[in-house]
Amino acid sequence: MNSMIYKKKSPLLLFLVPAFAFLFVFLYYPFFQNIFNTFLKIGGLGRAPEGVNTPWYENYQRLLEDPYMRVAMKNTLILIICTVVFQVGIALILALLVDTIRVGAQFFRTVYFFPIVISATALGLMFNLIFLYKGGMVNQMLLSLGKLPVEIKPSGKMIVQWLDWKDQAHFLFTMLLPVMWQYVGFYFVILVTGLNNIPEDVYEAAALDGADGWKRTQFITLPLLRNVLCTCLVLAITGALKVFDLPWVMFGAGMPENRGWLTGTYMYDQTFNKMNVDYGSTIAVLIVVLGVVLSNIANRVFRPSEDL
Amino acid sequence: MKYGQKRTSQAITYGILSLWALTTIYPFFWVILNSFRQKGLIMSDSFSLPVGEAFTWDNYVTAFHRADFKNAYLNSFLISGIVTFCVVVIAGLAAYGLVRYRFRGRGLLHSLIMAGMMFPVFSTIIPVFRMEAVLGIAGTGNRWLSLLAVVLPQIAGNLCFAIIILMGFIQSVPIELEESAYLDGCSVFQIYFHIIIPAAKSSFATVAIFAFLWSYNDLFTQSFFLRYPQERAITGLLNEISSQAGVNYGLMAASVVLVVIPVLVVYICLQKHIIKGLTAGAVKG
Repeated sequence: MNSMIYKKKSPLLLFLVPAFAFLFVFLYYPFFQNIFNTFLKIGGLGRAPEGVNTPWYENYQRLLEDPYMRVAMKNTLILIICTVVFQVGIALILALLVDTIRVGAQFFRTVYFFPIVISATALGLMFNLIFLYKGGMVNQMLLSLGKLPVEIKPSGKMIVQWLDWKDQAHFLFTMLLPVMWQYVGFYFVILVTGLNNIPEDVYEAAALDGADGWKRTQFITLPLLRNVLCTCLVLAITGALKVFDLPWVMFGAGMPENRGWLTGTYMYDQTFNKMNVDYGSTIAVLIVVLGVVLSNIANRVFRPSEDL
Repeated sequence: MKYGQKRTSQAITYGILSLWALTTIYPFFWVILNSFRQKGLIMSDSFSLPVGEAFTWDNYVTAFHRADFKNAYLNSFLISGIVTFCVVVIAGLAAYGLVRYRFRGRGLLHSLIMAGMMFPVFSTIIPVFRMEAVLGIAGTGNRWLSLLAVVLPQIAGNLCFAIIILMGFIQSVPIELEESAYLDGCSVFQIYFHIIIPAAKSSFATVAIFAFLWSYNDLFTQSFFLRYPQERAITGLLNEISSQAGVNYGLMAASVVLVVIPVLVVYICLQKHIIKGLTAGAVKG
């Protein structure tokens, strides 16, 4: 389908040059430069390299030995598993449910998308208020439900033992919950479209064969949705590796006691606050490598065969 | 019997859906409510409506007094406006060229764009900073140059997503329209402006909205390039307030509202386009 109009190729340059000029200068070139930087010694942002590291793979060695890096990797892997299971899982349930109703579907689509359009910084602050130690929303609810130990002094003053949502025992929950909650709506919208794309006659044929309700979901909807689910999975994995703003606003540099690092926040802290620019680049390379490897695995395992 | 069953399952469906809707609406409602409450009361009684004694404008007054919101709004809208405009123009042209023309290297360019989606901003920001420092754009202390320093990488970062979404749409525009316009003597550029853009309007709107939101909300790039107070954009300002406000939770709530409201208004006005435009392009991928 190659029309006469597009036989003459000269306008093509004008169409493509601006975009690819931008991409080469500000995306592809910096990306490869960044890989080079991991072998160099760089003492500060924007400064010229001071030579090659000794040994040249020093940063990679450090990556393996750094205990905080291990913490960051562990937390990030937990985050990935949780996003895949809960984010995509909840989104799938909600999408399947919305698909069965007529009235109000538009309303649910609109409000589920709210958290995505709002800056993670604002959300982080909001969750800080919600999970506040003394008198946050959650703690106030727990108090009114009588779930917090309260001591009444002889003077009549009430001493409440508030629950610290950011301590060692709870921080993982407090950090992961907002991140997961935020993006459910994104996958929800993608899945709903996938559902809308399933032709009506497939369902009609299934109804003739006596399949309805859960059977219909199990044998018709889910297999046909597999491709879209796989897209969601890849997006969820790469997205989880990049998480930065929300945990950064809520926890700052690795709170509590260096147990709260994620790959994104650790990279930022190393580059910016510790001025280990070359080491920061190395962490960035690791993030890209992990993203490519994990999403390839997800594709291998879940991508349906061509004939489906 | 059958009818009754259907009624219950419908009720359960609506119940679950509403429950999730509650989690996405209530937190904002709670923050808005508490931004109007006397600051001492937030910690003891945050669920009632702030009426009578408890009601106050003070938090907003303090917010405007303590932080330079006006300047930060200006910076943010400048950055995000320019990014949005450039992304829409550049990505639109590229998507059109890639969809309609057949040429050698087309497959390669296509995979380059897909790969570009994979690069996190972490992996490019340091060399970009160095490059811009050498060119004298970043780290100069000049407000306008610093804003430009944010705009350039943000355009590049949004382009790949925009091109992919737009390609999905332009593909679905029937080529017969273009052919008849060509026979009427239109040039390729006239075809692009008079046929393609109107036909793919909602996807252009989607791309514009996402570019705007991502740019407005992007704390990472902003905190790299905007180091001085007068350069601060809105998310950076919010981050700073949160670290300074200490226990002034009323101020925090008011600042969150001030940052969130413009975005929510834009979203609610344009939400039809967002969902229609995003979904048609994204799933094809």
